[in-house]
Amino acid sequence: METLAWNGDKDSREFPPSRKAIRFATFAILAAFLVLVFRLWQLQILEAETFERLSEKNRLRLRRVPFPRGIILDRKGQILADNRASFNLMVVPAEMEDPEGVVTQLTRGVTLDKESAISSLIRARKAAPFKSMILKEGLKWEEVAWVETNRMNLPGVWVEVEPRRYYPFGNKAAHVLGYVAEIPDEVLRQWRNKGYRVGDKVGRTGVERIFEPYLRGREGGIQVEVDAKGRQLSVLQEVSFEPGSDVVLTLDMELQHVAEEALGDRAGAVVVGDPWTGAIWAMVSHPSFDPNLFSEGISQEAWRSLVESRDHPLTNRALMAQYPPGSTYKIVTAVAALEEGVVTKDTPVLCTGHYTVGNREYRCMKKEGHGWIRLRDAIIQSCDVYFYHLGYLLGPDRLARYARGFGLGQITGYDPEGEKPGLIPTSSWKKKRYGAPWHAGETVVAAIGQGYDLVTPIQQFVMISAVANGGDVVVPQIVERVMSPEGRVLVSFEPKFAGKVPASSTTLKLVKEALKGVVQDPRGTGQRARVKGVEVAGKTGTAQVVKLTERVRQRKVALPYRFRDHAWFVCFAPVDVPKIAVVVVVEHGGLGGIEAAPVAQRILQAFFERERG
Amino acid sequence: MAEKVRAEKLLGECWPALFAVTVLFIMGVLDLYSASSGTESSGWLPIYARQALFFLVGVGAGVVVLLLDYRRWVEHAWILYGICVILLVAVLIVGKVTSGSQRWIHLGPVAFQPSELTKWAMLLVVAKHFKSIPAIYGRRTLKDALKPALATALVSGLIVLQPDLGSAILILLISGSTIIFAGLSLGSLLKVALVTVAGLPLAWRALAEYQKRRIITFFDPQQDPLGAGYHVTQSKIAVGSGGLWGKGYMQGTQSQLHFLPEHHTDFAFSVWAEEWGFVGCVVLLGMFLLLLMFGLYVASRAEDPIARLLALGIVAFFFWPVVINVGMTLGLMPVVGIALPFISYGGSSLLVCMMAVGLLLNIHTRRFMF
Repeated sequence: METLAWNGDKDSREFPPSRKAIRFATFAILAAFLVLVFRLWQLQILEAETFERLSEKNRLRLRRVPFPRGIILDRKGQILADNRASFNLMVVPAEMEDPEGVVTQLTRGVTLDKESAISSLIRARKAAPFKSMILKEGLKWEEVAWVETNRMNLPGVWVEVEPRRYYPFGNKAAHVLGYVAEIPDEVLRQWRNKGYRVGDKVGRTGVERIFEPYLRGREGGIQVEVDAKGRQLSVLQEVSFEPGSDVVLTLDMELQHVAEEALGDRAGAVVVGDPWTGAIWAMVSHPSFDPNLFSEGISQEAWRSLVESRDHPLTNRALMAQYPPGSTYKIVTAVAALEEGVVTKDTPVLCTGHYTVGNREYRCMKKEGHGWIRLRDAIIQSCDVYFYHLGYLLGPDRLARYARGFGLGQITGYDPEGEKPGLIPTSSWKKKRYGAPWHAGETVVAAIGQGYDLVTPIQQFVMISAVANGGDVVVPQIVERVMSPEGRVLVSFEPKFAGKVPASSTTLKLVKEALKGVVQDPRGTGQRARVKGVEVAGKTGTAQVVKLTERVRQRKVALPYRFRDHAWFVCFAPVDVPKIAVVVVVEHGGLGGIEAAPVAQRILQAFFERERG
Repeated sequence: MAEKVRAEKLLGECWPALFAVTVLFIMGVLDLYSASSGTESSGWLPIYARQALFFLVGVGAGVVVLLLDYRRWVEHAWILYGICVILLVAVLIVGKVTSGSQRWIHLGPVAFQPSELTKWAMLLVVAKHFKSIPAIYGRRTLKDALKPALATALVSGLIVLQPDLGSAILILLISGSTIIFAGLSLGSLLKVALVTVAGLPLAWRALAEYQKRRIITFFDPQQDPLGAGYHVTQSKIAVGSGGLWGKGYMQGTQSQLHFLPEHHTDFAFSVWAEEWGFVGCVVLLGMFLLLLMFGLYVASRAEDPIARLLALGIVAFFFWPVVINVGMTLGLMPVVGIALPFISYGGSSLLVCMMAVGLLLNIHTRRFMF
């Protein structure tokens, strides 16, 4: 007992809790219970009649009031995505005594699959009889009018207005905007605690997805009392909806149109923007799709044909397509070689039309060779042998360091979830991936952007912008600002940078001069990008898809489409103080200087014409 | 252990508690039977039968608690606390995701909620702490309360992470009121109140817009008519339509037609109120009042100050969930997931309630023994 006794003194009564405290607790508890009983009295005795009436057949209905999604505009205020009224046919299954009869009635004025409508109604009568359900989405005007005039004969049926996403430009800039569709189960599971529910429409790609938290508003709701026929008697409670915030893009719809037209029917991608800030003015991916299909509730077949199409119309090629950079990569090789001191601008290299590493021979694009050639001319004429040699001297890992320094082979940050990283190989990568050591021949090929090298058009935009702006690696962005419904600016454009290119300004100036020659010099490969009155600097690229035989190389045989080379052109203008950077890739287009450069030319032309007014 | 607890003494002195608990349990099973009729049972027994089984287990647990002197239980409070913390951490790590939050630990076919056991352990922890702290003129300072306050904060924090806001709030309220009853001076209480009042606006400003919105909805469910607000309106319709005598057992249309959300757990009282009316509700609340008054009586009769503190803690243990849960179904309180003791379905909750009752009887039967 001793061990258990504590506070051994006899006056333990003086230790708290005191009698006074216990008395206080008693009164507090009695008071709280009194409040509860009073409230019960109020609900069950005083207001019993009201609640009895409401409970009979449960006369309380919950009507959701959908919110309009925020609008998306281009930089000049043109509306790219907004909402249009769509009419849904709503029913409360429990309010129809005779579902078959009502559906038969309905088919007189509304196009409806009778059998499936009846069976889903009968199912709902068992599962959730008082929950309103959508019988048909997207009623036509005549159907709405018909239902409204015949409402008295259609108990439990009404028409509900719902805002539906609408893209006035259809498939133009569709990949930038993205589309809106019903929330998939796996996303819902993660977002449930953010207030998402089954059947909610959410942005699935593009700006619609990236800015979903802003574009989404808040649903409102009304609790109404209805009579036995489902007619509204009184509103018990109402909370209004909140519209989503509007998103203004840096996109310039005029330039976008020009770019789409310039690319035309060919598959490929175009990225246009400000090389100093990374603001994107146009982004084309072709083939495209019509995002309106999704807001209308796309049919199974239409969906499948989009997803399974060999052209991949849903893929944003500017972000997701990974191509070998081809000769555009020579920009990186040149910078690396100058910085690492393996050559100077005056070191001559002899091009005999081919270059031998071990027992293999690598060809130059000019069969008879360029003779003794220096850096500037090698870039202007896109001499492969010169760059084979540079690659040989640099080795894969030094080359890769500069490529990554330019932002290649990694996501740019434009849309981390929707971008592909591409690939810049290193010797350790190859060891890990293939378990084999690196061959010198592979460096030689990598130096002209072939072999394992893979980049996306948006990465190329970052690369060429860095050359244009003197070494800043920009993070491309598409949103100018986000405005709340009250007009408050929630987000505004702020240039972001991922780092600096590891190169001195002298090196970059040298390369820039050479890139000017590519377009302006009479021997340049990119002459088709010339614009009157503006000096343009750029680089062509022809990315091989398959190894070519001599016969094909001489263009004696037409290659099947899917084996043809990809045509690249990356450029900026004016050379001195660049205002615009453009990247063009034409899938299986052939020569970059012939297929891709003219696309860039048309965009530059339109841009500078407008500049001059 | 000098003296054994004799059955006739227990019945003679503790009958109000035994009576109240028995009646409440019967009401609970009746209510569950009605509420769960028509829904398909997902487990190995119907819900009401499982509840009855848990009650029997609870009686066993209550007897175990009763047999060992309450001073012994208090002695080992911190060990028990440690076990609870480990279980709470474990539930966060391995806990199976059930209805969006991790609250259960699965032992074979039995799932257990560590947060419930923690509520019970906290009663002992507070008592154990104040046992060794002298009270000058019957008063204690804030510094004296620091340790149990921190211990409470730690476990409520772990429970919020599950996330189970309701249980976390309950633990704060129960421990908090027990600490106050340990004799905190008026000055100390004022200080706490001042800091809270001063700190809230600062904390509010630090919150993001969506977090604020969520908190507003929490305290004012009418702001969210589709979710919590709808539930409250439906609950009020159920309660109000019960009238004076109720619609009769198994006759509640609101609950039978499943308008009531969670009608066998958080909204079990609405089902009761619809079917048994004002009279039934007053009887049910009367049983809780009887239990609470008995607890206060035990506190007032105990010689040992720690026994008094423990008894008041047990009173708080039952008072808060009853007031909050019933208040919620009547639209007086925000909608929080807090179960009604003995009535709501839930094995862990019932088990721990029985352990709390066991502790109360333990104190009362041993009140002269020190």
